[in-house]
Amino acid sequence: MNPDASTIAAGAPIEVDLSPVAEGQDIKVFWRGKPIYISHRTKKQIDEARAVNVASLPDPQTDEARVKSGHEQWLVVIGICTHLGCIPIAHEGNYDGFFCPCHGSQYDSSGRIRQGPAPANLPVPPYQFVSDTKIQIG
Amino acid sequence: MSGPSDYQPSNPALQWLERRLPILGLVHSSFVVYPTPRNLNYWWTFGAILSFMLGMQILTGVILAMHYTPHADLAFKSVELLVRDVNYGWLLRNMHACGASMFFFAVYVHMLRGLYYGSYKEPREVLWILGVIIYLLMMATGFMGYVLPWGQMSFWGATVITNLFSAIPYVGESIVTLLWGGYSVGNPTLNRFFSLHYLLPFLIAGVVVLHVWALHVAGQNNPDGVEPKTEKDTVPFTPHATIKDGFGVACFLLLYAWFIFYMPNYLGDADNYIPANPGVTPPHIVPEWYYLPFYAILRSIPNKLAGVIGMFSAIIILCFLPWLDAAKTKSSKYRPLAKQFFWIFVAVCILLGYLGAQPPEGIYVIAGRVLTVCYFAYFLIVLPLLSRIETPRPVPNSISEAILAKSGKAVASVAVMLVAAGALFLGSLQDARASEGSDTPPGNKWSFSGPFGKYDRGALQRGLKVYKEVCSSCHGLSYIAFRNLAEAGGPGYSVAQAAAFASDYKVKDGPNDAGDMFERPGRPADYFPSPFPNEQAARAANGGAAPPDLSLITKARSYKRGFPMFIVDFFSQYQEQGPDYVSAVLQGFEEKVPEGVTIPEGSYYNKYFPGHAIKMPKPLSDGQVTYDDGSPTTVAQYSKDVTTFLMWTAEPHMEARKRLGFQVFIFLIIFALLMYFTKKKVWADSH
Repeated sequence: MNPDASTIAAGAPIEVDLSPVAEGQDIKVFWRGKPIYISHRTKKQIDEARAVNVASLPDPQTDEARVKSGHEQWLVVIGICTHLGCIPIAHEGNYDGFFCPCHGSQYDSSGRIRQGPAPANLPVPPYQFVSDTKIQIG
Repeated sequence: MSGPSDYQPSNPALQWLERRLPILGLVHSSFVVYPTPRNLNYWWTFGAILSFMLGMQILTGVILAMHYTPHADLAFKSVELLVRDVNYGWLLRNMHACGASMFFFAVYVHMLRGLYYGSYKEPREVLWILGVIIYLLMMATGFMGYVLPWGQMSFWGATVITNLFSAIPYVGESIVTLLWGGYSVGNPTLNRFFSLHYLLPFLIAGVVVLHVWALHVAGQNNPDGVEPKTEKDTVPFTPHATIKDGFGVACFLLLYAWFIFYMPNYLGDADNYIPANPGVTPPHIVPEWYYLPFYAILRSIPNKLAGVIGMFSAIIILCFLPWLDAAKTKSSKYRPLAKQFFWIFVAVCILLGYLGAQPPEGIYVIAGRVLTVCYFAYFLIVLPLLSRIETPRPVPNSISEAILAKSGKAVASVAVMLVAAGALFLGSLQDARASEGSDTPPGNKWSFSGPFGKYDRGALQRGLKVYKEVCSSCHGLSYIAFRNLAEAGGPGYSVAQAAAFASDYKVKDGPNDAGDMFERPGRPADYFPSPFPNEQAARAANGGAAPPDLSLITKARSYKRGFPMFIVDFFSQYQEQGPDYVSAVLQGFEEKVPEGVTIPEGSYYNKYFPGHAIKMPKPLSDGQVTYDDGSPTTVAQYSKDVTTFLMWTAEPHMEARKRLGFQVFIFLIIFALLMYFTKKKVWADSH
């Protein structure tokens, strides 16, 4: 009953070119059937994400730990609400991040849970920068 | 099933069989001479109703499976095509979909009856627990069946429910992967759900056999909760119980047929007429009505794992009921306090069901928590406590004595309760249908509404013209073939007219001998060609918002009716939320944007569109389409015509449905009356 070989093969890493994504924009790509949000964050969004008192968060994690150093403007998260798996909407909610329309969870500009029933932050998928404008997810 | 039988058939061939396999004796002892308490009321007919419904679901399900394709790309279309093209496919689908709801409705009545009359008490504990197992299997079957049409609610319901298992520590994620057969809900998930949905009903049938076996060993409970002592306390199963069950089933069929023929989509969700899309979440994910109380419990508990545990324990706790309630008196008829708490419990369940359909905010969350506590308190505090402090009224010595003392009043209350409870509970789902922050579309007078509604042929023909000249430049109509235009119940064109209409279109065909695709004139068997080759192209050409296919639009759109309108709708058969919404949106464009509303660049203000910012520019203006029949060429008339046409495309067999429904109702009413008078006659000496 576990995934068959073709499903596993189709889940191989993918490369995404970031050059067309302007500051303040985000794109949604699918990897392993899951939507991955790639946000080109503005200075304001980064500052907001870093100004938070980490200890006060429901799932404490620093913004630095959620992005790759040297590429702070890029946030890459799996866009699946950690509550019950709906897809949050980007650029909505009170925290300049994501808002889940199903049960009202709100995530900040670092994809961390700030309000609502979700127990954890939006997970960061495994990825690395192949070049300055290209990442490999997986 | 209750011991050896002394049944001897008179026919020699049957005697020969009986000596080798005493199956006739088994049937005879279990369903003919089996002694059944004389004082059973109509609540006891729900056992027979449930057996009937199980048979019905299996029968319709097997036939549906012959026409269904369990593939993520084809499932939605195959369901639509089976409704449109298979002989009586619409009837099969309605029977199966409404049948699931009716099955659950009956099982809830059956369970509450057991709860009220103490049917779980000694010596019927195993019988009760088998019942809880059947209920759990039913829930799993119902859930997987709801996924199969692969609409938006199917897909997202599957996502939310399978994600529940991820709350289990350590092994949760692997269980979820196992359920999905991939990294998310997808084609492998659909395939295994189809397989299991076909399997589980037969498991249910197996456990039902055990359930009936246990019943026939322990004997039936009865409204007075005293065991039969002498022969005077019982009557033979046939004809007494058989005919009474027959009457019960006939009455139940009336309710069932009301849904099948007149309100097939009342219990469903409009979003499920939108094909599954893993990239878009519907604004409200709501399970089918029969899961709503448990869904409300899940959402009331703020911790994810605790919520899942709470939801499952709400069902599992029923298994322990025989030991939680230690009172010696079985029937709540003789337990004044237990009776009151029972009805409070019923109210709690109905309110939880209502809350399960509401958005989880503000007062709803608090009310949900209070009611969740009440739900568990009934089992864990009230029942154990009552068995210690309550003084029951004296119980009659025997069933015969109870019958002498009784005054007949149950029958009328059964009918009233059935309709009232049903309407209240079943309808709560409707509330969740979303279109917040927009005005309610005005109601219209539609030719196709009501039990005798028919499509206005002129409106269908004019609507087709409006579609062809205006809508078709952006919107597809991909489930409609040109041949449909000549079918009965449609716009009323002849076959030749439909063929001529088709030949105006260029249809892509191929590959030919050289391996190239080519274009040829349309034939009646072709479907309306879509304006865009795929969704991405449609999106790119329309500023990011793909124009939806219109084949099902009038069933895929709805708006919130709210309490108490959804109860009124049950009786008035109001089913036209979709058409009202579509026609309102077509007329809802306004040049002047009201204050406080900002419309983004490239969008237009629409009074009735959720959020008010619609990407579609005002499509219709007065005089745009010429009519040959002298009808006014106004936006209002265009909207009405094209909406009527789109209602037909969404439901081409509606006229056949309503016509057959009327015949079925006449038949059922006569049948129920005959059953009733036969029952009176059979029982004449037994009361």
